[in-house]
Amino acid sequence: MTTLAKLALPAALIALPSLSLAEDASVAGVNAATDTVFILNSLLFLVGGILVFWMAAGFAMLEAGLVRSKNVTMQLIKNISLFSLAAIFYYLIGYNLMYPLGSWGIDGVLSGVWGPGVLETVGVTAEGADDYAYASTGSDFFFQLMFCATTASIVSGTLAERIKLWPFLIFTIVLTAVIYPLQASWKWGGGFLDAAGFLDFAGSTVVHSVGGWAALTGALILGPRIGKYNKAGKTVPIPGSNLTLATLGTFILWLGWFGFNGGSQLAMGTVGDVGDVSRIFANTNTAAAGGAIAALILTQLLYKKPDLTMVLNGALAGLVSITAEPLTPSLGAATLIGAVGGVIVVFAVPFLDKLKIDDVVGAIPVHLIAGIWGTIAVVFTNGDASLGTQLYAIVVVGLFTVIVSGIVWYVLKATMGLRVDEETEINGLDMAELGMEAYPEFSKG
Amino acid sequence: MKLIIATIKPFKLEEVREALTEIGVRGMMVTEIKGFGSQSGHTEIYRGAEYAVNFVPKVKLEIVVAANMADQVVETITNTAQTGKIGDGKIFVLDVQQAIRVRTGETDADAI
Repeated sequence: MTTLAKLALPAALIALPSLSLAEDASVAGVNAATDTVFILNSLLFLVGGILVFWMAAGFAMLEAGLVRSKNVTMQLIKNISLFSLAAIFYYLIGYNLMYPLGSWGIDGVLSGVWGPGVLETVGVTAEGADDYAYASTGSDFFFQLMFCATTASIVSGTLAERIKLWPFLIFTIVLTAVIYPLQASWKWGGGFLDAAGFLDFAGSTVVHSVGGWAALTGALILGPRIGKYNKAGKTVPIPGSNLTLATLGTFILWLGWFGFNGGSQLAMGTVGDVGDVSRIFANTNTAAAGGAIAALILTQLLYKKPDLTMVLNGALAGLVSITAEPLTPSLGAATLIGAVGGVIVVFAVPFLDKLKIDDVVGAIPVHLIAGIWGTIAVVFTNGDASLGTQLYAIVVVGLFTVIVSGIVWYVLKATMGLRVDEETEINGLDMAELGMEAYPEFSKG
Repeated sequence: MKLIIATIKPFKLEEVREALTEIGVRGMMVTEIKGFGSQSGHTEIYRGAEYAVNFVPKVKLEIVVAANMADQVVETITNTAQTGKIGDGKIFVLDVQQAIRVRTGETDADAI
């Protein structure tokens, strides 16, 4: 611990030489070698968690930029509300549902631990810690909560500009309290998918495809925005209000992803772990670059002009693609895996439009289809992965999410109604549902 | 007095303003507009879907000058704003009955 303090705070120690003398003496209750592992693992969770938290800002900005100005306030209120609901319901139910720690109700399928998450005591000691050999419970809870919130963030963009606020938020509660944690327990909680040998490092399937499946199911039940497809069946583009914000949002997500994938190493207490976290940062970055450049070149070739919104989606698809296995690929392989994600986006966006599935921000290509690709791509660089098991997990998680979220969407549609009325949709959800606009001085888009 | 209304390509505005100032035009009104003529818009692609841009951005100039200067103004605008490609714009010339300078109450030739 003394060594660490010197590394981290050389200036402070030079300024206060007496401090370093004091720290050289052994301190009661401090065991430098084993404490270091606990501290560094917890620190990875905390810093990673902060970065993944920031992805909520990225989603909010991306979505605010890709909807029309008359719906921006609604999109922002959905984003901050869904994040906050995820925080509360992951605490109340989700955390213990996802991590039964061996106490299964139905073995490998359903946690036997129901109830709120509980933190360690104030000023916890080595003896009193839940898992002194690993990390603090608070850091683990904080980190895992952010992944749950990310799953919920994915849904809001697809369904933008037409879904009512409250049914959407109720769906978010079910998603973050039950759907996400339950299926995540099958892999990350040590359940049957984990036992089957399914590999998903940071959640191409567990996080991104689950958000994507829930969004796809919602989009099918909700229907497209008025005017998105004309009577002749052709797609009518509805340009977003602010590509500057959409670009900022993409860069914020890119930044947050270092915590998302890097933190998912789940340990930083050894040379090997720190080396792996470093590999993951570098691979995550290059996969995003590969996705962006693939979309840039492809839109230039196909459409004669590059399409910024596709390049932004391409970078995100690259990130989702590398999320299932950001550790084992070389930099070159990671770039290619990301690039395929970028290609997927360029073809999947118009394909969904052909099927009249209206996905406002491109979340289904980015999170679902690139998520499936990333989950399959694990087999190219990780010898422990089997294609059959990866496909099995993709299908199991997909079926579960589609069925449960389909039931929830239908119940909400039958009881509260999902869509705003036609007049509200045309006038914009901001004024009709909230009575305030994001850009009151000039928005009449 | 004549009112000359000219629609031109936006990127030609500065060049046209300089040329008109050189021949003694002392004021003009400028508006950013959209419209279509024989060019009839064009198509663009957004997220893989083609869409028609039915109204093309143009700049509209409105210039009031003495009648004997109108031809020279029209000629200057035509020469300066011309690229030879489709969409260079149009010029209309109208009679003006009266002009008043608000500050002084001067009228007609004195007011422009």
